[in-house]
Amino acid sequence: MTITAQTHVVNGKSIPAPEKVLEVKNLRVSYQTPRGPVRAVSGVSFFLTAGEKFGLVGESGSGKTTTALSLMRLIQAPAVIEGGEVLLGGKNLLALSEEEMREARSADIALIPQGAMNSLNPMMKVGEQLRDTVRAHINTESRSALGARILEVLDSVDLRSDVMEAYPHELSGGMKQRVCIAMGILLSPKVIIADEPTSALDVVVQRQVMETLGRVQQALGAAVLLVGHDMGLMAQFVDRVGVMYGGKLVEIGPVRDIFKEPLHPYTQLLIGSLPNLRTKEIFKGIPGLTPSLLTPPPGCMFHPRCPKALPHCAVEIPDLQEIRPGRWVSCHLYNGSNS
Amino acid sequence: MQLLEAQNVTKVFGSGLLGKGRMVAVDGISLAINEEKPTITAIAGESGSGKTTLARLLLGVIQPTTGSILFRGQTLSQMNRHERKEFRRQVQAIFQDPFEVYNPFYKVDQVLTTPVRKFRLAASREEAQQLIEESLRQAGLRPEETLGRYPHQLSGGQRQRIMVARALLLNPKIILADEPVSMVDASLRATILESLMKLKRELGISLVYITHDLTTAYQISENIYILYRGSVVEVGSVEKVIKDPQHPYTRLLVSSIPLPDPDIRWGSEVDIEKKAISASAAGAGLHGCKFANRCPFVMAECHVEAPPLYKTDDDRAVACYLHKQAEPISGREMALSLAG
Amino acid sequence: MSATTLPRTASQNPGQVIWGSVRKMAAFLKTNWLFTMGISLLLALYLFGVIGAQMVDPKAADMGANKLNLSPSRENPLGTEGFGRDMFTVMVIGIPNTFKIGFLAGTVGVLLGALIGLFAGYYKGPLDTVFSSFADVMLVIPTLAILITVSAYVRVMTVELMALIVGLLAWPLPARVIRAQTLSLRERLFVEVAKLSGQNDFEIVFLQILPNLMAYLAAAFVGAVSTGILAAVGLEVLGLGPQNVPTIGRALYHAFTYSAMFRGMWWWWAPPIVTLAIIFTGLFQMSISLDKLANPRLQGSMRG
Repeated sequence: MTITAQTHVVNGKSIPAPEKVLEVKNLRVSYQTPRGPVRAVSGVSFFLTAGEKFGLVGESGSGKTTTALSLMRLIQAPAVIEGGEVLLGGKNLLALSEEEMREARSADIALIPQGAMNSLNPMMKVGEQLRDTVRAHINTESRSALGARILEVLDSVDLRSDVMEAYPHELSGGMKQRVCIAMGILLSPKVIIADEPTSALDVVVQRQVMETLGRVQQALGAAVLLVGHDMGLMAQFVDRVGVMYGGKLVEIGPVRDIFKEPLHPYTQLLIGSLPNLRTKEIFKGIPGLTPSLLTPPPGCMFHPRCPKALPHCAVEIPDLQEIRPGRWVSCHLYNGSNS
Repeated sequence: MQLLEAQNVTKVFGSGLLGKGRMVAVDGISLAINEEKPTITAIAGESGSGKTTLARLLLGVIQPTTGSILFRGQTLSQMNRHERKEFRRQVQAIFQDPFEVYNPFYKVDQVLTTPVRKFRLAASREEAQQLIEESLRQAGLRPEETLGRYPHQLSGGQRQRIMVARALLLNPKIILADEPVSMVDASLRATILESLMKLKRELGISLVYITHDLTTAYQISENIYILYRGSVVEVGSVEKVIKDPQHPYTRLLVSSIPLPDPDIRWGSEVDIEKKAISASAAGAGLHGCKFANRCPFVMAECHVEAPPLYKTDDDRAVACYLHKQAEPISGREMALSLAG
Repeated sequence: MSATTLPRTASQNPGQVIWGSVRKMAAFLKTNWLFTMGISLLLALYLFGVIGAQMVDPKAADMGANKLNLSPSRENPLGTEGFGRDMFTVMVIGIPNTFKIGFLAGTVGVLLGALIGLFAGYYKGPLDTVFSSFADVMLVIPTLAILITVSAYVRVMTVELMALIVGLLAWPLPARVIRAQTLSLRERLFVEVAKLSGQNDFEIVFLQILPNLMAYLAAAFVGAVSTGILAAVGLEVLGLGPQNVPTIGRALYHAFTYSAMFRGMWWWWAPPIVTLAIIFTGLFQMSISLDKLANPRLQGSMRG
């Protein structure tokens, strides 16, 4: 596939490409099962620029969480990273040793995992867990500097310092999530991956947490990769969107463009099925079933359900191509290769 | 005649003296569904609002601490076995988790054959099979692809649609749907919601739609009850309550909805509380409005006594002193007025 | 990864279902080699007993049937003991008897325990309190003491009676395990759905909850059988077991009482001990292997 980054489109204006802080090239991850390999992520490529908010959106089975975990190299057997590169500030994370990767985690690239609120150790006070995160990386800092940094971070997520003395179960869902955000940004990473950070939260708390995340991200100048399935949340939070389907990226573009003018048929159907508060009409869902990643359909993964499928679509897998500056689509309708 | 009615029900969990371990999940709520007028009524609220407890009370799975649940004018607790069975037959449910509703030991067929058998919906095996296959088709599934499988062999969407088929099969008078699409993929939500609306349109089944998602509630229901910590804070037609919310909590909810429109981003009209240890524990007084400690429009009287419902429109009422110029109305009267 | 539809598998054909279960069991045996080893040991021993019993004349196990104190020879492969009983015959008849006692006791114990556990766990309330306290007390009292006392009062102890007595004392542990699982299963959503589908309490307990407890029942059964054999052998070694048929424990009882060890008659004391060692090794292997399985295991793991 071809990624050109000569120009970058932000808010409809072409500007010289800002620094690419994270670049994923042709990532391939599959799960080894007794029935054969399940291709969870097959050739995913995209990049993040400094300070931008990128939303990786897809339904269950699209490969988005696997992608996020692979960037952090937190994938475990039976899943295996089969190929590709993940370039963070120039170095390929997939080629690092385990020791080097551990240093990179949290310090350069941090993850706020799915159900993060439940990954807090119920037996330890919050303050202790925050200190642990820092201690593992910075052992030269003095005690007081550590403490000061933690308090600073807690304040930036709108938590009072007395949260340090609390146990996780004493906090509400939203507060626990903000503690997880705090843990993520403690070491000032350049990239924050947030995997469905608000899925268990109520809509009001969700907004608070997302606005908190947005604020700290801006203050840090870090890039955020928001992984999720809630298109509404994407519309509210991110600058650019990447749509995943069946383990592949089918469309990338600025958030307004994606919503106003979705190009890939899947994106079109997906956006068309979203409810909004303007009309009471129920929009159509997408017929058919999610594709089997064990025995994927030939050619384009989406063609069995695609209302605009061409005969060629069952034959050749379309490439992700930049058909306009800043707009990538993986569809034969656009890459002019339909014969 | 009210098909299903909650008359000022309260449900308290836990024992102990006032305060210690005692949790008021539902606090004096009234609701009514008319038999002659099939409707879709939404009960909306966040976690801790009491909506799930209210659903279980309406289903008769738990008993109210005070107040009563009535089915066709008869109190549930006073029904004999025969009447109970009839109630069970006419009031069914669709649950949130499309996996947990299945017993993993059995094939999914069991969830369809059991009610057919227990409620004698078919005279023979063949008739039962036909009935089951037809209801699966109506729910948008192909019987040959779904029957005979174990739950883990089907997708979440398929499993949920089987539950819809089960509801169709039973053809009850009322279905309580507790977050039926929150654990289902976005692309399938519309389909499932459409089949729920079809239940009302074509079979005249009333639906009580319990959710935290105001958008889908707006899409499919006519009336809505907004719950906050066990009490009804706003109730009325969905058009009025969602498009023109009056209660400060409803306004906070509506403004926090992540609309899938990048041009309409989250508003900031209502101040978000900062640095609170926990919203629910933040000095909630024993009396007074439950939302007082988070309300940007709080007044002195809000701490003294909880406001009654004020009928600000023909088809809407708000429990807020900001609208005290309107006529106060009891929960029960409002519920009956809405039901028609 | 989320669920995707797999090619058509389960069909309604009973033949396929049975074959499927057989394949599942075979797969289980293949992966849990410890269990396989255990059950093979026991099976081998049992078959030795059953086949061997066809080859001998049961009267050879009676007192005075042969010359006394003969060491192993071609006519008496395991020699004869101090009372003229042919040891080989004693073993091949005693082994199936020991298994029989254990099996019966295990069945009684598990059936009783499961029933109590199911209903106590499902209904909770006063019924549960009574039975749970009773079970807890019984778990603390040394059952051997009770057994000895009871056996002493019984005039004629038969194999069946012994199995019953031992079984009646083996129910508390299965009851506890089953009750704990029932307490958790009764809260599951599919139980609520079953109630909404019109099923009554009995149907819920036996059709919804019980099928999900198979692994625990199996583990409890192995445990109860072990307990049964242990208790039975214990009583037999003390001379309180069945007197009318040869049992391994009784053979050991005679061996101890009549100083077989000091008389150098290894063919008298060694066979029972080796047999017991094999039995307990086998049961132990099966039970630890089942313990590993009985722990939370996702049934039907793919969640969409």
